[in-house]
Amino acid sequence: MKNLDIKQVELTETVGNIYADSAKMSIRNADVYYGSKQAIHNVSLDLAKNQVTALIGPSGCGKSTFLRCLNRMNDTIDICNITGEFTLDNQDIYAKNLDPVLLRARVGMVFQKPNPFPKSIYDNVAYGARIHGLTNNKAELDEVVETSLQKAGLFNEVKDRLKDPGTGLSGGQQQRLCIARTIAVSPEIILMDEPASALDPIATAIIEELIDELKEKYTIAIVTHSMQQAARVSQHTAYFHLGKLVEMGKTEDIFTHPKHKLTENYITGRFG
Amino acid sequence: MNSPLLFTVLLCLTLFSYWYGMKRSLKVAGGNEHKKNLTCLPQQFGLLTAMVCGLPALMTLLIFNSAEQLVIEQLFTTTLSANIQSLSSIDLGLYLNNIHSLASSEASKTLLTNINSSNELAMQEQYKAASTLQALKQQARWLKTALVLVIACVSVIVLIKKFSLTFPARQKSETIIRGLLVASSAIAILTTLGIILSVLFESIHFFKSVPISDFMFGTQWSPQAAMRTDQVGGSGSFGAIPLFAGTLLITFIAMLLAVPIGLMIAIYLSQYASAKLRAFAKPMLEVLAGIPTVVYGFFAALTVAPVIRNVGESLGLSVASESALAAGLVMGTMIIPFVSSLSEDAISAVPNALKEASLGMGATQSETVIKVLLPAALPGIVGAILLAVSRAIGETMIVVMAAGMAANLTANPLDSVTTVTVQIVTLLTGDQEFDSPKTLAAFALGLMLFITTLGLNVLALKVVRKYREQYD
Repeated sequence: MKNLDIKQVELTETVGNIYADSAKMSIRNADVYYGSKQAIHNVSLDLAKNQVTALIGPSGCGKSTFLRCLNRMNDTIDICNITGEFTLDNQDIYAKNLDPVLLRARVGMVFQKPNPFPKSIYDNVAYGARIHGLTNNKAELDEVVETSLQKAGLFNEVKDRLKDPGTGLSGGQQQRLCIARTIAVSPEIILMDEPASALDPIATAIIEELIDELKEKYTIAIVTHSMQQAARVSQHTAYFHLGKLVEMGKTEDIFTHPKHKLTENYITGRFG
Repeated sequence: MNSPLLFTVLLCLTLFSYWYGMKRSLKVAGGNEHKKNLTCLPQQFGLLTAMVCGLPALMTLLIFNSAEQLVIEQLFTTTLSANIQSLSSIDLGLYLNNIHSLASSEASKTLLTNINSSNELAMQEQYKAASTLQALKQQARWLKTALVLVIACVSVIVLIKKFSLTFPARQKSETIIRGLLVASSAIAILTTLGIILSVLFESIHFFKSVPISDFMFGTQWSPQAAMRTDQVGGSGSFGAIPLFAGTLLITFIAMLLAVPIGLMIAIYLSQYASAKLRAFAKPMLEVLAGIPTVVYGFFAALTVAPVIRNVGESLGLSVASESALAAGLVMGTMIIPFVSSLSEDAISAVPNALKEASLGMGATQSETVIKVLLPAALPGIVGAILLAVSRAIGETMIVVMAAGMAANLTANPLDSVTTVTVQIVTLLTGDQEFDSPKTLAAFALGLMLFITTLGLNVLALKVVRKYREQYD
C-alpha cells in the first residue's frame, strides 16, 4: 500500500486549521459526483485520533455524503464517483487491493434512523462478531455481546430480555443497540450520521454522554444538525456549505470566534 | 323497454340527478355565492342524490330480472288447460319449451291470425297459449319499466325534500359507499362459498355410489361406469391415491427446479444486476410466464421427453416415453418467473437501512443477502412459492402431453404418471351422463384438490408466522 505524504496541500477554500497532530484518518482534495452533479468540492481534513470531529452545516451541504465516503458506503451507489485521497493510518482506503469489507469492519457506522435487524437483541449485537469469526465459542460470543452492550450503556436495561426482538425497544434504546452492534466488531473509527436526530431530548442526552465515553477507545466523526450537540460532544468542528468545507478548527474556536462570515451566520442562527 | 335500454336510461337519470342535487343544494343555500352556508359541499349533495337515485332502482331491476322468469312461468302454467297441467313433468317441460319458442319466434299478429286459420284443435290451443305468454311477458316489461323509473324518481324527490343547510350529505354518502365496499367483499366470499357448496353436493352424490374410504385410500384408479347392468368390466375402481401421488411428484420436481433458480434470479436482479440489465431482464423473464401452456406441453413431449429418454437409456435406465420428470422439468421452467418476480419484489421491499447496516459492519454482499435480506423478505418469498405451487398443482396441459394418462402409483420420476387435474379433464370431456359415478368422481377429485391446496396454504402461513423477521 502506498504511503502518502499528506501534509502538503494547498488550501484555497477552507479557513482555519484542517490538520490534526495525530491524525487517524486524512482526506485530501476529495471530490464526489452523483452522475454529473458534484456533491463535494475539493474537501481536505484530518480526523484526530481518539477525538470527536463534528461535521455541521445546512441540509444538503454534503456532510452525510462525505461521511459515507470514509467507509466506502457510497460504493453501493452505482452513479457515485469519488476522487481524492482518503487514508486510514496512512493507507489508501480506495486502493485497488483494499477490500471494502475489511475496511468497514475497521470503520463502523451508526445511521440516522435506528435500524436494528429484525432479530433478537442478542443476535443483533452478535451479528458482526459472527460474520467476522471473532469468537471461537458461545461463551466468548456471550462475552462480546455483554461488553458491547455495556459499553453502549444498554446492558442493564435489556439483560433480562436478550432474546426479545431488537425492534421492540424504544427509539433511543434501538440507537444504542445499533451502537453496541457497531462496537462489537471492534472498529477503530465510528462514523455517526445524525445519530440523535430521530430521538427525544432525554435519549439524545444519553447518546451524547455515550459518545463522550466512546472517544477514549475510538476515533469518532459525527454529522449533526444541532449546533449545541456539536458544541457539547466534539473537540473539532468542520463547517460544510454547498459541498465545500468552509471552515474547520477546534470546536471552542469555531463557536466563539468563527473566522468565516458563512460560519458565523450559521452558528448565530441567521440561516440554516 | 328492454333491460339494456332501461339500464341506459337509469344511468342517464343518475347523472342528471347528480347535477340536480347540486343545483337544489345551491338553491337551499341561496345561490352560488352563499354556498359556504351549507355544511357539506354541493358536489357531496350531488353525489348523494345520484346514489339515492341509482342504487335502489338498480337493485329493483336486478331482483325483478332474476324473479321475472319464475313468476311468469308460474302464472302461465295456471292458465293452461287441465289436461296439459296433468302431464308428467318431462312432457310438460317439452310442451312449455314448444310454446316458448313459438312465442319468441313469431310476431304477436301472426300468432293471432294463426289461431283463426289453423284448423287443428291442438295447434289452435298452442297458438293461443303462446299468445298468452307473449302478453304476460309484455306486461312484465311494462311493470318493470314503470317500477324502476318510479322508484328512481320518488327516492330523489323524497331526498330533495329533506335538503337543508345542515343536511349531512357527506356523512350519508360515506355510509352508502362503505356499504357498497362491504357488499363487494361479501360477493367475493359468497362466490367462494358457492363454489365450495356446489362441489361438495356433487361429491356427496358421488360418495353415495362409491364409499369415501375406497376413494381416499384406494390405490387403483380406473374410472369405469356400467352403461348396462350386464356389461363386462363395467365396475371401475375410484382410488384417488395414485392421482395425488402423481400430482405431488410432478409438483415436487417442478418446485425443485423453480424455487432455487427463481430465488437466485431474484437475488441477482435485486442486489447485483445493474439497473439497465434489470430493466431488460425482468420483462424477458416474464415472457416465460406468458407462453401458452400448450406450447410448453409440446415442448415437453417432443423435445424434453426424448432427451431424457436418450440420456436415461445411455445410463442404462428404463425411461417411459412419457415421464413425470419431463413434465415436472418443463412445468418448473414455466413457473420460474412466478417465483423470481414476486421474490424480487419482496427482497426489494426490505428497507435499504437494514442492508446498509449490514454492509456498514463489514458484511459481504452475500452475507447480507442470506442473513438479513432473505429472512426479512421471507413472507413474500413463501407467498411467491405458494403461488407457484398452486399453479403447478392446477396445471393440466403440460401433464396431459408429457406425463400421460396412466395412473401409476410410483415415486420413480422416470415412470409415466397422471395428475388430478388431467383426470378431471378426461372424466368431463366428451358426451357424458351427469349422474354416473364416472363423471361425479371429477367433483370429488376437485373437492380433494381444494382441500389439499387449502391445507398447504394454512401450513405455509404457520411456517411463515414462526420464522418471519418482521421489520417496520
